[in-house]
Amino acid sequence: MRIVVDFDKCKSNAVCMGIAPEVFEVRDDNFLYVLDETPSEELRPKMEEAVRMCPTQAISIED
Amino acid sequence: MREIAVVGASLAGLRATETLRREGFDGRLVLVGGEPHLPYDRPPLSKELLAGEWEHDEIVLRKLPYDELELELRLGVPAVALDLAAREVELRGGERIGFDGLVIATGATPRTLPGTAPLDGLFTLRTIDDCLAIRARLDAGPKVVVIGAGFIGAEVAATCRKRGLEVTVLEALPQPMVRGLGPVLGAVLGEMHRDHGVDLRCGVTVEAIEGGDPDMGGSVERVRLGSGSVVEADLVLVAVGVTPETHWLEGSGLTLADGVVCDETCLAAPGVVAAGDLARWPNRAFDGEVMRLEHWTNAVEQGTAAAHRLLAGGSAEPFAPVPFVWSDQYDVKIQSAGRFTGDDELAVVHGTLRERRFVALFGRAGRLTGALAFSRPRQLMQYRRMIAERAAFDAALEHAAAS
Repeated sequence: MRIVVDFDKCKSNAVCMGIAPEVFEVRDDNFLYVLDETPSEELRPKMEEAVRMCPTQAISIED
Repeated sequence: MREIAVVGASLAGLRATETLRREGFDGRLVLVGGEPHLPYDRPPLSKELLAGEWEHDEIVLRKLPYDELELELRLGVPAVALDLAAREVELRGGERIGFDGLVIATGATPRTLPGTAPLDGLFTLRTIDDCLAIRARLDAGPKVVVIGAGFIGAEVAATCRKRGLEVTVLEALPQPMVRGLGPVLGAVLGEMHRDHGVDLRCGVTVEAIEGGDPDMGGSVERVRLGSGSVVEADLVLVAVGVTPETHWLEGSGLTLADGVVCDETCLAAPGVVAAGDLARWPNRAFDGEVMRLEHWTNAVEQGTAAAHRLLAGGSAEPFAPVPFVWSDQYDVKIQSAGRFTGDDELAVVHGTLRERRFVALFGRAGRLTGALAFSRPRQLMQYRRMIAERAAFDAALEHAAAS
């Protein structure tokens, strides 16, 4: 599973970080950093929730 | 449950259909929408789309194929009545859709100013059609007057300034976005708009919107204030809030009181749930406070929860989110989590009001109940979680001091 972020759409709302801080981090520069682009399969439910909850639909999962 | 009807084809309705299929519902699923469009996203209507940076394609909500959802679509056909006894929704034109389960997600409609003639150049903003009509008019470089400095009014003013247009914003309350920000932060926002060249006038009332002969296609020309003064206008946007779209439910037997009244699991009646801008329900996360949210995140979360509730039968959990909403204006990201009023304890941390970069923490009876951030997304998310955990206000202050 690969996490892909469209940074043109990302507005750094950090909702993804609220769901899975182990994968998504918005730092004090207000940019989103994907800490792990290939998280383990057990994180899939959280990743799918991040996809659904992103206010700008900037996240997608590639299998 | 073999047949589910979802009435309302915007964000909450769409997410409800996706949730139903994801959780294994394989019966008949009908999605009814009053607008003639597949579900699309509204936040960009006051920002990117209005600015001309995006087009319709960019705001379509579902990029995956619709076939997978196996929906029967009825777009551009509003629901006009609900017959709970027969378990049928009546659509305009007479078609009746039978259901075992019903999701009500028909959203809300912009309020207008009573007694206003339908002049050319006078708009409300809710739909993509509204947005494109306004945008076309903005191309001519009009003097823009926005009535109402809530989320929509403030964002449209910012977008118009970005396009180099002259903007006057008229607000009845003493500060802009008071409902969303409270008076102290509302004042910060007001200053920001003025710094960007908006002619922001608070504490004013609108007496009349005047122009040519509406029967002859006359245009808007000016706004007359309660004080007697006049503001010239080539385009007027009325952005004074929305009312829940529950007209079609009158007489159905559902409790309607500024929205569809639900229990804490989003249930409005047996086999009937409501979600999104029109759902009013007691939120256990705030000790049962009854609320109706007009937030994007709520449409997603409640659309999902309501669908889950329909399938869950007796084992439903209360829908108890920490409300979250954001607004992008100029180069500031405003985000708010939780609930707060002007009377709550207030502490400004992680910056200062002057810098326009901070988190304002709100407390009531010793509990952290709200957080509002200007360009502090990382911190705001942390406080959203603390609010969910019912953290003490002091604990939040300690967290701020330690960060």
